[in-house]
Amino acid sequence: MSHAPPTPSPSGAPANGAQALWHSLAAHGVTTVFGYPGGAIMPVYDALTLFPDIRHILARHEQGAIHAAEGWARATGRLGVCLATSGPGATNLVTGLADALMDSVPLLAITGNVPRSLMGTDAFQEADITGITLPVTKHNYVVQDAADLPGILAEAIRIARSGRPGPVLVDIPKDVQLAPFAGAVTPPHPLPPAPTPDPARVEAAAELLRGAARPVLMLGGGAQGAAAEVTALARAWGLPTITTLMGLGAFPASDPLWLGMPGMHGSVAANRAISEADLIVGLGLRFDDRVTGRVSGFAPHARIVHVDLDAAEIGKIVPTHLPIRGDAGQVARLLAGRAGAGDPPRRPDWEARLAEWRTRGGHPDHWGAAQAVRQVVSRLGPNDILSTDVGQHQMLAAQLARFQKPRRWLTSGGLGTMGFGFPAAIGAALAEPEVTCMVVAGDGGFQMTAQELATLTKYGIRNVKICVVNNSYLGMVRQWQELFHERRYSEVYLGDSNPDFLKLADAYGLPGWRADNAADLEEAISAWLAHDGSALLEVVVPNEHGVFPMVPAGAALSEMLETDPRSPVAGGPA
Amino acid sequence: MSADHLLSVLVRDEPRVLTRITSLFGRRGYNIRSLSVGTTEQPGVSRLTCVVTGERAVVVQAMRQLEKLHDVLHVIDHSLEKFVDRELLLVKVAITPESRVEVRQIAEDFRARIVDVGRRALTFEVTGDEGKVTAFLEQMRPFGIIETMRTGRVALTRGSNADIPAHVYHGGQSRALTPALAEGEASLRS
Repeated sequence: MSHAPPTPSPSGAPANGAQALWHSLAAHGVTTVFGYPGGAIMPVYDALTLFPDIRHILARHEQGAIHAAEGWARATGRLGVCLATSGPGATNLVTGLADALMDSVPLLAITGNVPRSLMGTDAFQEADITGITLPVTKHNYVVQDAADLPGILAEAIRIARSGRPGPVLVDIPKDVQLAPFAGAVTPPHPLPPAPTPDPARVEAAAELLRGAARPVLMLGGGAQGAAAEVTALARAWGLPTITTLMGLGAFPASDPLWLGMPGMHGSVAANRAISEADLIVGLGLRFDDRVTGRVSGFAPHARIVHVDLDAAEIGKIVPTHLPIRGDAGQVARLLAGRAGAGDPPRRPDWEARLAEWRTRGGHPDHWGAAQAVRQVVSRLGPNDILSTDVGQHQMLAAQLARFQKPRRWLTSGGLGTMGFGFPAAIGAALAEPEVTCMVVAGDGGFQMTAQELATLTKYGIRNVKICVVNNSYLGMVRQWQELFHERRYSEVYLGDSNPDFLKLADAYGLPGWRADNAADLEEAISAWLAHDGSALLEVVVPNEHGVFPMVPAGAALSEMLETDPRSPVAGGPA
Repeated sequence: MSADHLLSVLVRDEPRVLTRITSLFGRRGYNIRSLSVGTTEQPGVSRLTCVVTGERAVVVQAMRQLEKLHDVLHVIDHSLEKFVDRELLLVKVAITPESRVEVRQIAEDFRARIVDVGRRALTFEVTGDEGKVTAFLEQMRPFGIIETMRTGRVALTRGSNADIPAHVYHGGQSRALTPALAEGEASLRS
């Protein structure tokens, strides 16, 4: 049995639900989607052949597709779109949806489902994907009528992009995809404006800033879209500035006011500053447990001003003195405008203490993962993108990379998703083909989505540079077992069975380089970056290295281990 | 201090809206004591009344999380304003020829109605606030309670106005945030 080729109606209007889907996406400016076909979404893929202007990137696993869509969205700030079929295709999206929800990534996931007449009968490849994804999406839909499709898509996209962004899933039964469609495409909904910050509270925040002797500005992921405003705020008031894992790049690392990242693997300067500050102004962050350490010991001397778009985040973890609901950029602009004219205020005592803390912490002087990551990330240009997986290499990269611009740092912050880094870089690389997208991944996480090497090859993607930091272990778990489980290394060793990563790359047509010492690494990096096309670099490092500074779980930031208790440390800041 | 908080949640009458709400409560560990749902004067809008037990800050957090759900139009904490609330109880009480008169007398005192008469049981309908309903049950307990069903509390704000104006339901995009909750004042540290 063969199906007739898809035909649009003579007017060019969509003739069925599947065509209405693509028309709607095109009307919303969607140019690239990431996906994987299957039985229950075949009408959508059939209709895709009518839309040459929409680029579909075929991944090798739905998880790869959704992380790529996330990478696209994180780098550009625009909507990421991914598609999957029903059942297993849809459930393979779950990790990416949870990841996007945690990190506030605007994402639209389209899934096919079995025909409505079979829904609820345990039909082949049926899964209740709206039920399954209900806790990991901002909202989700089952489309019951093709006529509703354009309206649902416009609403879904508005929800994904507005306020605090997040993922939305639209599940379309196969018969709805095939149903005749006679309506029109719904134009994009305007995004609702951010709530106006309460002027009295903004003035109260300015008053706190005027009176502060030891102020600190903390920036989270919500500041990524407001780098200019938050930078102007910091400079206008002379505020020492901390960027969380999600906030890296929202403030230029080259600015002398920058103190680094806070939290479990934060810099000594950032964590000591929080612990001694008398005022913390937090913009667009949610005081995650990895940032605060033990909450009762967090910023014990500080008054806290918390600015966030999401009212539910204010006061959720850290009690707030002055809550302000609003957009980080808008509030930053208002607060910057209330700074006095002329040079920002100086606070010599506070600056002297910060300067001393900046000299503390750091990494071992000898060859290891920290030195390797430092060598690799120091080659990033200001426009280049760095994507990481999750674990030790991620924390080292966060500590050691120096971002000057927002949206150049792609990392799975809230969910901590292994397997994220490489496909996310593919998405970013497709969004910004002129920009080098560097991946730093561990040998564990890289193997979770390594099949996407085929995606690089298939689309001739030339700007993804993969660095696998290979310590033969699940290093972060190993570090915790070392520190807190008396070195009972339970199920963390990979070295006896890791592939030859260069051969793996070669199997997909990618060149590779390997180094296991600093001098060779320097040369290998040059060759790897100079190669005209995507390439892999494997850095073999000793396995018993930890990431420091470290705040043990349950400890206050002030109780951090500044350096590895077993290793001598090189001078200079972390 | 942990206490009962009476919330009204106005929701779009969409598939799974109850699941969305109970799933939210479940995964964030909020404690629901009672929950009742019904239609409202607005087509397409349902009203949930729930009693949430917890510290004030936790309940405020629960309200803010509820307000983020797309299908939630409005959340009201009745402790912030004057309200009327009622609960309906159906209770089947065991009777004997000796106790019959006394049971009926107590029911009369509570203005309970007999809705079913059996040879060995009477079924009563009682409405009132939670205290009255509970007191009635306590009075009946010595006679032998066979079965009960309580609806949980339902509530409306006192006064002449609707809790939210009709345009909120139909505006689609403008969603009301409970003003008192928008800024997180319950989390202020002193």
